Amino acid sequence: MTDNANDWLSDHGDYLYRFALARLRDPHLAEDAVQETMLAAIKSNSFDGNSSARTWLTGILKHKMIDLQRKQFREQPISDLIDLDAGDTSMDDFFDQSGHWIDKPQSFNMPDNSLEQKQFLSVLERCMNKLPKKLKAIFLLRDVHETDNENICKELDISATNAWVMLYRARMGLRKCLELNWTGA
Amino acid sequence: MKSGVKNYMLTCKQASQLVSLSLDRPLSWSERVQLRFHLFICNACRHFKQQLNQLLIAIQQLKNETVLDHTIQLPIDAKTKILQAIESNN
Repeated sequence: MTDNANDWLSDHGDYLYRFALARLRDPHLAEDAVQETMLAAIKSNSFDGNSSARTWLTGILKHKMIDLQRKQFREQPISDLIDLDAGDTSMDDFFDQSGHWIDKPQSFNMPDNSLEQKQFLSVLERCMNKLPKKLKAIFLLRDVHETDNENICKELDISATNAWVMLYRARMGLRKCLELNWTGA
Repeated sequence: MKSGVKNYMLTCKQASQLVSLSLDRPLSWSERVQLRFHLFICNACRHFKQQLNQLLIAIQQLKNETVLDHTIQLPIDAKTKILQAIESNN
């Protein structure tokens, strides 16, 4: 199996890495995901040759990515979220006492050429990295992996309400960060 | 909002929560009606909704861009590390 694994790594390693990086947005986590995938592939010995090796490995990778994100999520202290259940204190930055916007949202000037597009996406990447890790993990699972909510709650062992609150926070934070850091053309 | 209309009128805070929630589960009939009414009268929340849509589109673009960028490769030292892990697992 080791020979197979060497072939898999040289034939599909880069592909798997890009696949993981695209969804985890973290080079080290993506490397870990590829490694775990290779080890699991050797162990499982279940490659039947019916699908391509790449498809089979990608299937394993998807599970490994969710495992890693669950770990990211669990390892972060809840304190960086400030009392999830006690109402939304951290939303005070966005709304006044009567629930009105403090700074009214403006829609973004979306990029209209490829250079601007690149800049916009790199601002987005930086904004994602500023999110508390817990929020980044749940945001990626939901909006990037497109995991459905039921599975998110199952994987992360949280209630639907907690998931909604965290996703709301993540999206609020990201759009605010984009507003502050992307001025458009 | 004052008490009399409280049950019908959403604040911007509530409206923004519903906009986000609508991405995760279908809204109930009354949530939909209240949100639609609020968005009809509130520019800021319409922009907020637009921002979230733009955000989700951009996230997909970022994902696709990484997948298609063949200059991105598994770093050599990571490859070495993985090969070592494979060997030692045997």
